[in-house]
Amino acid sequence: MSAVITASGLSKRYKSALALDDISFQVEPGRIVGLIGPNGAGKTTALKAILGLTDFTGSLNVLGFDPRRQRDKLMGEVCFIADVAVLPRWIKVRQAVDFVANVHPRFDRKKCEAFLARTKLTPEQRVRQMSKGMIVQLHLALVMAIDARLLILDEPTLGLDILYRKQFYQNLLEDYFDENKTIIVTTHQVEEVEHILTDLMFIRDGRIVLDADMDAVGERFAEVMVGADKVAEARQLKPLDERQVFGKSIFLFDGADRARLEALGEVRRPSVSDLFVATMKGTYA
Amino acid sequence: MKTFYWLLKRELWEHRGGFFWAPIITGGVFLLLNLMGIITGEVVGRKHGFNFAFGGTDSNLHLLDRALDKNSMDSVGAGLDMVMYSPTLIIGVVLGFVAFFYCLGALYDDRRDRSLLFWKSLPITDTATVLSKVVTATVVAPLIAVAVGMLTGIVMLLMFAVTLSFHGVGVWHLLLLSHPLQVMANLVGSVPLYLLWALPTVGWLMLCSAWARSKPFLWAVVLPVALGIVIGWFNLLGTIDLQNGWYWRNVVGRVLFSVFPGGWFTEVPHIGGSNPAEVLSTLSVTHTYAALASANVWIGVAAAAAMLAGAIWFRRWRDDS
Repeated sequence: MSAVITASGLSKRYKSALALDDISFQVEPGRIVGLIGPNGAGKTTALKAILGLTDFTGSLNVLGFDPRRQRDKLMGEVCFIADVAVLPRWIKVRQAVDFVANVHPRFDRKKCEAFLARTKLTPEQRVRQMSKGMIVQLHLALVMAIDARLLILDEPTLGLDILYRKQFYQNLLEDYFDENKTIIVTTHQVEEVEHILTDLMFIRDGRIVLDADMDAVGERFAEVMVGADKVAEARQLKPLDERQVFGKSIFLFDGADRARLEALGEVRRPSVSDLFVATMKGTYA
Repeated sequence: MKTFYWLLKRELWEHRGGFFWAPIITGGVFLLLNLMGIITGEVVGRKHGFNFAFGGTDSNLHLLDRALDKNSMDSVGAGLDMVMYSPTLIIGVVLGFVAFFYCLGALYDDRRDRSLLFWKSLPITDTATVLSKVVTATVVAPLIAVAVGMLTGIVMLLMFAVTLSFHGVGVWHLLLLSHPLQVMANLVGSVPLYLLWALPTVGWLMLCSAWARSKPFLWAVVLPVALGIVIGWFNLLGTIDLQNGWYWRNVVGRVLFSVFPGGWFTEVPHIGGSNPAEVLSTLSVTHTYAALASANVWIGVAAAAAMLAGAIWFRRWRDDS
């Protein structure tokens, strides 16, 4: 199958800053891609370009459409949750369902109602009377009932409590995702998504600094816990990062030789958040 | 087509207060004031010992029944028609305010509260979105206003009829002199004129609404007014000979105040007459459609088309969410 998204030479300049600096990437179908970067790195700009919400230079193909010129067709196949709480505050649950059901050809009303039945939302409830978590439940119910090929989530769980966050990703995995769908998600709560991602993309200062699937990440990066006696030896292997825990040193290596690492101590797969912190060192400095 | 219907419905959901409740409340208040007037008349009349209605004795009232010549029958009919028009007049002013602020917020409010991102996640073209808002302001809202106005007018007429019948006046056949169907036809028939006349204001306000990063009201009002002041200043200096009055009337007036109904009467020749029936007949649609012969209307429509195209472009590309 051909790629869901193909970007090459994508650039976007705002008045003062370069938000995207000549980036190129591909997203294959059936993947869950985590687009992860510090604040202001260009994540949202990249998503906006994919959704045709902003102009850019370079070439971008999303599901065979050019988001700049064929946005209306594209939106029939793409869904997005741009942020928590972008649902209009005056709308009632019933109205939101009615409206989407009548303007979206791929919307399955029964599915949506089944999702809503699992929440405390009532048809006459207005968005302004809901908590942030409930708004996301409504938005997710609407979006999951749409049979879209690409779902884009931009910080979908920001400001939600842990119960809602866990439930959000669980619903997404259990009731929505399959091999024909692709999900791109940006978030700062890396720990909560890292076990559901199939691909990882780090973005920093408008450039992609890491683009790999999770298996490759596991092969390429390694974390080793080293006793005090072998620290000097470990440092010679040029670790990405070093930190101290309980009197031992933890080193993070990129592409180092496995056998030599095993000799230093216990080798583990690094967590995405540790990898992220190591990669983004000095961003705000 | 189905999408467009739901877009209109969406606008009514969001602006139920302005489009439904504002005319209904206005009509209600209008009826209440009239009821208070009638009661005052009754009480004062009783105190002073005469019937207030038609200000005369019973025999006089019966005269009214018996011996109306053609001319006075026309006058009575026109008077009753005016009674039916009057609530719509007031509701029309309210409609003007509602439409003005609706247009100003139509493409701005959802950018401010970011719900734009939800609407933009649906497969709806920006053209359809903007046009649905134009149709809401220029067709749906005036139709609702006319319907409520008509209903209020009929209730008011009945109110007077009931009062008079307490005084032994056989008003029911008097009511037959009125022309409710004609009144209705005139009001509904004016909606297309309203649409054409209001377009430049709707276009300008929506352009500002789609373009402004903040405070669309200020931009929409300040820009044309400031330009007018500059023109006035140049006139004062005598450096260039620009028609100041022309500018205020044909530019400022048309981009800011044309959402108030009835402006097109200025483009209709010979309005008025020597008696109520004549005045009313010059205000009927058969006469007022003469406004379509004026260039003012069509230049306004053309300008509106350009401004709305601009609004659609900004709706598509404005990137500040």
